Amino acid sequence: MKGFIIKEFMHIFRDRRTMLILFGMPIIQILLFGYAITNEINNAQIAILDHSNDQSTREITQKILSSGYFALNTKLNSAEEIEKVFREGKIKEAIVFESDFDKKLRNAPPASLQLITDASDPNTANLLSNYTQAIALDYQKQLTAAMPAPARLNIQSTMQYNPELKGVFMFVPGTITILLMLISAMMTSISIAREKETGTMEVLLVSPLKPFHIIVGKVIPYILLSFINALIILVLAATVFGMPFQGSLLLLLLESILFIVMALSMGILISTVSNSQQTAMLLSMFALMLPTILLSGFIFPIENMPFPLQIFSHIMPSKWFIIIIKNIMLKGLGIAYVWKETLILVAMTFFFIGLSVKKFNIRLG
Amino acid sequence: MESTANNRVIHVRELVKKFGDFVANDHLNFDVYAGEIFGFLGANGAGKTTAMKILCGLQRPSSGTIEVAGFDVYKQSDQIKKNIGYMSQRFSLYEDLTVKENFQFYGGIYGLSATEIKDRTRQMLESLQMTTSADMILRDIPLGWKQKLAFSVAMVHRPKIVFLDEPTGGVDPITRRQFWEMIYEAASKGVTVFVTTHYMDEAEYCNRISIMVDGRIEALDSPAALKAKYNAATMDEVFIRLARAGVRSMNG
Repeated sequence: MKGFIIKEFMHIFRDRRTMLILFGMPIIQILLFGYAITNEINNAQIAILDHSNDQSTREITQKILSSGYFALNTKLNSAEEIEKVFREGKIKEAIVFESDFDKKLRNAPPASLQLITDASDPNTANLLSNYTQAIALDYQKQLTAAMPAPARLNIQSTMQYNPELKGVFMFVPGTITILLMLISAMMTSISIAREKETGTMEVLLVSPLKPFHIIVGKVIPYILLSFINALIILVLAATVFGMPFQGSLLLLLLESILFIVMALSMGILISTVSNSQQTAMLLSMFALMLPTILLSGFIFPIENMPFPLQIFSHIMPSKWFIIIIKNIMLKGLGIAYVWKETLILVAMTFFFIGLSVKKFNIRLG
Repeated sequence: MESTANNRVIHVRELVKKFGDFVANDHLNFDVYAGEIFGFLGANGAGKTTAMKILCGLQRPSSGTIEVAGFDVYKQSDQIKKNIGYMSQRFSLYEDLTVKENFQFYGGIYGLSATEIKDRTRQMLESLQMTTSADMILRDIPLGWKQKLAFSVAMVHRPKIVFLDEPTGGVDPITRRQFWEMIYEAASKGVTVFVTTHYMDEAEYCNRISIMVDGRIEALDSPAALKAKYNAATMDEVFIRLARAGVRSMNG
């Protein structure tokens, strides 16, 4: 067993193409997505509705506008105008200061600051809101330092048009899912198919190794490498993309391992029906990748699909994994809220492992 | 060579293997004795690879009594596997591992200890005069050497029987002869060699040969006896005479 695993690692590390797919692709994909979406926060057009127009509001406005991220498009005079400027597409964000802002801030905190963002471009909206809040909170800190009593800001951030931020919710979880699926399933199926192609599989089957040992020996290196991959993607998502991370990291990693094992068992299943590396690769692409991309809710919202496809999406493991990641990463929910999805994945994993071991044995018969 | 039930290492009675309606092995009967070089001949599609796979435990027979190394193929395949070596026609070694690593891996899956593997690798490489190539990646090694290495690797756990599935395909005549010297050496140490081939000159090197036609064993004896029986000068003639009657082999 140990020798088998070592051998498998050698195959991986000595094959430059495998290494490239294994580690190059996730990094490139994440960076591509990350930068494609994040690079436009310059001089974002904003509108300001200042009900008090006092020292604090002017200072905050000044601070926001001098940050370089924002440019003042319009000064508004009433709440009714907000909707209008949004509709005209002139601004990405509106900032509303309540009346007597300065007085409340100094004497009767909190003072309310309202942020309204156009979330039809969810990623930008999220970033704008975060930046504005950061600037306002920074001002609050400065002020507190110069005052006997702490100043407190009450910031309400509202996402206009797309309150659930569908795009950004889906992007990183979807990418993690697809990459893990691709790497785990495709790599194992290819590596098993390669042993069949070169005839070494026959030699292994003649040896005292049990089919089960062969499968486990094949799979363990890929579990480890896929897990490292998952970590890389998460780190990149957090640093480059600014992905919020609310929930338990441990839970997320455990769920990732579960999903990896599931994907690997699918890879084994694919390898039992394909005799060459090419077949294995094409099958992984068409049987796993396309449905994962199209039906898991990664790109097309499941609720917008025709009913038969919605039913079909239930049997996509990736759909459940995406829900799990979303709940853990973005909503900070614990196992109590994702046990159902986890159970479905566990069941699917056992199903695929059982099926592939059976198929593997039948081949001998 | 003494042929008694005592030194019998392969025992096959009424072996039948069907794939649906297709009868790949039609009531085969034969015994192979310790230290024997047993040639298994037949045109492509005659059923020799299927029979060999059954003996190695790669496929299950449909019916019949089969014992390999004294163990029953139905119930004791684990013991059989420990006692046999197998070399496929593709010299199946790992191309991206070094010579030494291939020995380490295959020795490891047969449960040899690290020191055993090290000693045997050294011995085998010495007898192959390949000590300097121990750290070469297999991909860079000529085909003839790979073939000899594959044979050595198949013997690394010192099996009682070694199965060679068309072991000399694609190599030049000189290398083939060298390879047969290795086979003789193994047999002289008591290892039984079960070899399939379609080179008729190689059939002459075997102690006994069986010739399969359309899933049946049409002839089984020593090369000399077969030539006498069919009144032929070479094994080629014997084979052509037998195989001509076959139907399947015409498309092979």
